Amino acid sequence: MSQPTSRRDLLKAAAIGAVAIAPGLTLIAPAAARPLGTGASAANRWGLLIDTSKCDAGCTACVDACKTEMGLTGHDRPLTDSQYIRKVDVTDPASGHRHSLPVMCQHCAKPPCVDVCPTGASMKRADGIVLVDRHICIGCRYCMMACPYKARSFIHEDQSGQKPDNPRGKGCVESCTLCAHRIDAGGQPACVESCAKDGRAAMLFGDLNDPNSEISRRVSTEATSRIRADLGVEPAIRYQGI
Amino acid sequence: MKRVQYLAIPAWTPGWMMVMAALAVIIAIAGGAVLYMEHQGHWVTGMTNQVVWGMPHVFAIFLIVAASGALNVASIGSVFGREPYQPLGRLSALMAMALLAGGLGVLVLDLGRPDRLVVAITHFNVKSIFAWNVILYSGFFAVVGFYLWAMIDWRMKRAYKPAAITAFLWRLILTTGTGSIFGFLLARDAYNAAVMAPLFIAMSFAFGLALFILFILGATTALNRPLSMELVRRKGRLLGLFVAANLYFVAIQHVTALYMADRVAVETFLLLQGGLYTALFWGGQVLLGALVPLILVFRPNASRCRVRAASVLVVLGGIAQIYVILIGGQAFPLTLFPGMEVSSSFQDGLVAAYAPTAAEILLGLGGFALALLIAVIGASALRILPASLGDGDEATAEIILAEGDPVAAP
Ligand code: SF4
Ligand code: SF4
Repeated sequence: MSQPTSRRDLLKAAAIGAVAIAPGLTLIAPAAARPLGTGASAANRWGLLIDTSKCDAGCTACVDACKTEMGLTGHDRPLTDSQYIRKVDVTDPASGHRHSLPVMCQHCAKPPCVDVCPTGASMKRADGIVLVDRHICIGCRYCMMACPYKARSFIHEDQSGQKPDNPRGKGCVESCTLCAHRIDAGGQPACVESCAKDGRAAMLFGDLNDPNSEISRRVSTEATSRIRADLGVEPAIRYQGI
Repeated sequence: MKRVQYLAIPAWTPGWMMVMAALAVIIAIAGGAVLYMEHQGHWVTGMTNQVVWGMPHVFAIFLIVAASGALNVASIGSVFGREPYQPLGRLSALMAMALLAGGLGVLVLDLGRPDRLVVAITHFNVKSIFAWNVILYSGFFAVVGFYLWAMIDWRMKRAYKPAAITAFLWRLILTTGTGSIFGFLLARDAYNAAVMAPLFIAMSFAFGLALFILFILGATTALNRPLSMELVRRKGRLLGLFVAANLYFVAIQHVTALYMADRVAVETFLLLQGGLYTALFWGGQVLLGALVPLILVFRPNASRCRVRAASVLVVLGGIAQIYVILIGGQAFPLTLFPGMEVSSSFQDGLVAAYAPTAAEILLGLGGFALALLIAVIGASALRILPASLGDGDEATAEIILAEGDPVAAP
């Protein structure tokens, strides 16, 4: 399979260009850019920690940033337009307590979408990021049936305004990439960046495999949980206060 | 020993041409619907990011499930040695292949990228039950095709019994595979159950036999060939048994789910408060699709007309059943936060609305037409249909004394 490799190189080249014109990106980066020609490493396990007590129901900074970053212009059709990340408002009917949190692909360690995909288009990188290979997705939508988090969208019509880092073709399935293109360049996901800047700094990105990362330190010292942990798919997205 | 006379359907007669033309028109319209949906993209269908499999899948799954059931008549004759069924074995195998082709056609043409079909063969994910189905389906054509050949060609007599057994086992696995597509979806409250596999087998027995009976009744009428009332009743009663088995597994499916606290919500939805889905379940699937046919076929001296009506109802009830399983199961929201009320811009916590569009229904009907077209062409090109399925001395002898005794063959 030479296609995906060559495209990955291309993306990386593009990403390095981005670093050059936006050096600020590297200042807040938790890890160094991956050198050209090397694959994602199993030494990393990229993940997020989201503190829902900071997150506000009215805030959609992460969602807006994702749309811009990934070129999700949409057609004003909420039932068929793609959404990589959405704000879910949760109410406890017993107490009336409300909270709000962003939900995106949870980059499961045991991803059902990958298990069911007939062609292997749904795949998990060595560093745990789950992606759809747009070259071999046949658009069967079985992964959408299998995903417990409703994280995936089907591209229901022709798209315009695409971003080079996120090519989108009608008839394929897509979802949050954890901004793999930014991570590979040593950056962090667009949602996390904008949550820190325009939102309430509720999201923390980092390497769950690195014991010295801030995310690992917090996960090991504070109570965190995962959505539907009972399903055993081991998401890389952790939450506090759900 | 007397041989069963098989005669090909005479082709190129005015009636034959008319049937062919009608089917070709339906298929052409379905083709137009596909071009429209693929060109515009799926937003012109009723399918959304919530209901990702729609009406085309209802038809496709019905046809695929019925395909393996249609093979039953041949299996009963050969594997289980019931002689009255043997003369119909050829038709049974042909119909099985035709129905599978129709169902797969619909399934493939609804893919987001049907042009990448070859990718499904070159890239194979061994963990995917879907990928395994690709092998099971292609293998089905090979196995049943060989079985048909062994039935038609007397020189293949030795292969007849092994071919019959292989085909029988293959179809059981195939239907298990189809049912497991749902059984493996751990996140969907309505599906994730082991009973899905046996349920689909029971469904396949009923739907396949119903379509088979309809084809026999239609063909013998159109060709003016005799058909024994006893045979019709016998098939009708067999259909009744299969329908009862289906109903039994449906009961298990729902009763066991009701015992699981976390499934009560989805069961309440489907069985009581689901609007259309509840109506289709009780009215379509249970009443019209099962109870009424049972009464019709088990009445003493059921007439040809009653058996036909029962078969039509089983088919319609079957489509309703798959609609409830497939669409109803998706319409019910996924549970991200058990016990909580949720809302979002992505329809979280909401029952999804789905209304099939004409294009989707036309594509599905095209699958039926394709299956029928293949069956008629096959029965015209090969000696598939017995010259007579009548009563009376000569005809009975023709039916019962199948060529040699294939079952006893080494
Ligand atoms: S959240 Fe869904 S799409 Fe993402 S890895 Fe898990 S199963 Fe796959
Ligand atoms: S829609 Fe694409 S990614 Fe999803 S299961 Fe089918 S082929 Fe795989």
